[in-house]
Amino acid sequence: MSILVNKNTRVVVQGITGKEGSFHATQCKAYGTKVVAGVTPGKAGQEVEGIPVFNTVADAVKKKGCDTSLIFVPPPFCADAILEAADSGVKLIICITEGIPVNDMVKVKRALYGRDVRLIGPNCPGVITVDEAKIGIMPGFIHKKGVVGVVSRSGTLTYEAVHQLSTLGLGETTCVGIGGDPVNGTGFVDVLPLFEKDPETHAIVMIGEIGGDAEEKAAAFIKQNIKKPVISFIAGITAPPGRRMGHAGAIISGGKGTATEKMKALETAGVKVVKNPAEIGNAVKAALGR
Amino acid sequence: MNVHEFQAKQLFAQFGVPVPRGKEVTSPDAATAWANELNTPVFVVKAQIHAGGRGKAGGVKITKDKAAVAGLAKELIGKTLVTHQTGPKGRQVHRLLLEEGANISKELYLSILVDRDSGWPVFIASTEGGMEIEEVAEKTPEKIIKELIDPAVGFQGYNGRNIAFGLGLNTIEPAVMNPFIQMLGNLYRLFMDKHAAMVEINPLIITKEKTLVALDGKVSFDDNGLFKHPDVQQMRDLNEEEPLEIEATASNLNYVKLDGNIGCMVNGAGLAMATMDVIKLAGSEPANFLDVGGGATKDTVAAGFRILLKDPNVKGIFINIFGGIVRCERIAHGVIEAAKEVKITVPLVVRLQGTNAEEGRKLLAESGLKLEVANDLWEAAQKIVKLTGKAA
Repeated sequence: MSILVNKNTRVVVQGITGKEGSFHATQCKAYGTKVVAGVTPGKAGQEVEGIPVFNTVADAVKKKGCDTSLIFVPPPFCADAILEAADSGVKLIICITEGIPVNDMVKVKRALYGRDVRLIGPNCPGVITVDEAKIGIMPGFIHKKGVVGVVSRSGTLTYEAVHQLSTLGLGETTCVGIGGDPVNGTGFVDVLPLFEKDPETHAIVMIGEIGGDAEEKAAAFIKQNIKKPVISFIAGITAPPGRRMGHAGAIISGGKGTATEKMKALETAGVKVVKNPAEIGNAVKAALGR
Repeated sequence: MNVHEFQAKQLFAQFGVPVPRGKEVTSPDAATAWANELNTPVFVVKAQIHAGGRGKAGGVKITKDKAAVAGLAKELIGKTLVTHQTGPKGRQVHRLLLEEGANISKELYLSILVDRDSGWPVFIASTEGGMEIEEVAEKTPEKIIKELIDPAVGFQGYNGRNIAFGLGLNTIEPAVMNPFIQMLGNLYRLFMDKHAAMVEINPLIITKEKTLVALDGKVSFDDNGLFKHPDVQQMRDLNEEEPLEIEATASNLNYVKLDGNIGCMVNGAGLAMATMDVIKLAGSEPANFLDVGGGATKDTVAAGFRILLKDPNVKGIFINIFGGIVRCERIAHGVIEAAKEVKITVPLVVRLQGTNAEEGRKLLAESGLKLEVANDLWEAAQKIVKLTGKAA
């Protein structure tokens, strides 16, 4: 068991002939992911490392039965690419692209509302179910099959946590990067119940950061619905107000969205909050009584 | 990206939001010339800096005497204003907005931004204009009205009525009801069409002549949307930005200057923030946020070194790289090459983890460079703090 993606997931890569797209499509395939199609308008008939390229996502879905799209399309055309994927019948869209205008995402999120499709990202590392499917840009080899579900707004910081979990022999089930943008498709509160239901996941690591109130919402949700131990780190306790810390969504504005507030909310909900990111793995180990 | 008040008001005028007659001036002579043309009973001279609290800091002058305008302009240009938003160093004034005064009958607050919870644009309005909205939200939350706008259909009349009746405009001044609702629609268009991150009018006034005027204006833009708007890009004022941050942007680095002593260079925004936090936990303060991106090549590392070393506060450098797709031995080569190119004058701790970390660390240790190598994040943070001394 796992969440969101597994060894049967059939992936189409949008933007597959670009530098990033071709490199990562190849890496995902090498990990064992069923990357069955790619899309670049006007390049149908070509192949990328043996993956057939189509002009439209609809064609790829029709010919190859894809159920998941992985997007590397550049920001100016990315909203269009997400909407195309949603219209093609895939059920999961994972968007890696960083730099999509917020107001474009406002319209995309609204258009996806109520439809039977889930968007993860944008501006995220993707999703990996260990030893089954890697659908994103994370380094596959740092993962080790195990019992911890990871959900995070960050990329390399997630790798850091995963590395600790793997080194300590705890391992991961699925790791979900929800992305660093202020308006995204899937939030903590969407992923947490999936981990709660997954019998292989015994503990959840939730990595947040300054900006917005997704962590506070998650805290309220955890208090009501999550019985498994949750361990959390919130990045940015030293971040100054009013400044964007790399991620478009990582900004303390109007005194709201501070790391301290988020940590407090999570602690109140019974979450084990670690202040030192080097201690994430050990805290999970302790919570699992190992 | 932020713009000046005079630029915000130009955009307001372009989108049919009423503003006082006014113009940017950068010299006393230009001020006199525009004052003659403006020919109004009350002149307002406003310092243009990208920070709030200008009034309290002495950056706004009012006079009825046309002949006094040049003197006020002379006084303000070149002056350094210290407000609660500028930090203790303050910000030097290079340009002014000279505009006509207004007869204020009532001050309102109005802004629009994206509500992160719903992902919809939201208007925030209040009858408590002219005050800090955060303060109003804290002390009298009942005086704040929020109206979400469905992005599928855009601003509708009922959104406007909800806000207008919610504020009690029908009793405060019925004559401005319809112009107000129309103005909200115009602001929504400005917000969406120009990819703004926030539009704020504080105060929006009702004049004694029963008209609406945006007496102040603040607009910030989504950096990710700027590529669509060359006109907005031209509004950027480099005087208002930290020189090191301008240099970093030019090298495609994400850098934010802070006040501590330990310069840090990290791949990835989340890990960069976590690295700052760990420095603090270890007993010191970070000098900056610096994300060199997923790649971290010799060139990005060299550019990073140059920027860090230009900050006189930096007493040590901490490089924290989690090698994913990019292998650590390549990053190590990058660090070695960059360190040869840029003379490193302060202690350096390099922490490499991830793909081929051991090879990378070995290369660094054998490079002959004066640096310390670390495996673990916490170990690395303690090393650099020990080498540079704890913060006072």
